[in-house]
Amino acid sequence: MAMQAEDIERLIKQRFPDATVSIDDLAGDGDHYAATVVSEAFLGKTRVEQHQMVYEALKGNIGGALHALALTTRAPS
Amino acid sequence: MTSQEDIQDWIGKQVAGNDVVLFMKGTRETPQCGFSMQVAQMLNHLGVDFKDINVLEDMGVRDGIKAYSNWPTIPQLYVKGEFVGGCDIVREMFQAGELQGLLDAKGIAHNAQTLTA
Repeated sequence: MAMQAEDIERLIKQRFPDATVSIDDLAGDGDHYAATVVSEAFLGKTRVEQHQMVYEALKGNIGGALHALALTTRAPS
Repeated sequence: MTSQEDIQDWIGKQVAGNDVVLFMKGTRETPQCGFSMQVAQMLNHLGVDFKDINVLEDMGVRDGIKAYSNWPTIPQLYVKGEFVGGCDIVREMFQAGELQGLLDAKGIAHNAQTLTA
């Protein structure tokens, strides 16, 4: 069961209301996406912590419905 | 491997017992996944000696490592017992020269000349 880009964006925005989110479907199969998330919530967090926050927002879909999400996160500059 | 406890214990020993450990799909010579291959290639490019652990050989380890680090995907890179990241983070660090800096800071030999201005 693949995921749609809108589902990913909705879950991320629920967790990070201020975030700007851009999502690219890398393979057109609903399984390989690249996402960039910019949010104040990342301020002072390590990259690992930032990515863990996004994975938590995606409620366990990572590694299951969503095989791969190439993730880039940063706080607004 | 049997119980979850044994698995977490075994993982802990690998992470503590080796300077650089890469939990990956496949081996450094024959990676079975593009993301795992990318991290192995970066380490090979830097001439870093690392222990590769093929999670495809044991489902217990494949799931156990995700619980160990609270990180849902493979590959996972560890340096001196610390979780560094998956493919995205290691690539970002590599491109920013931060991976080389981390290796220097941890006293791990590699062949990248530190970029001097």
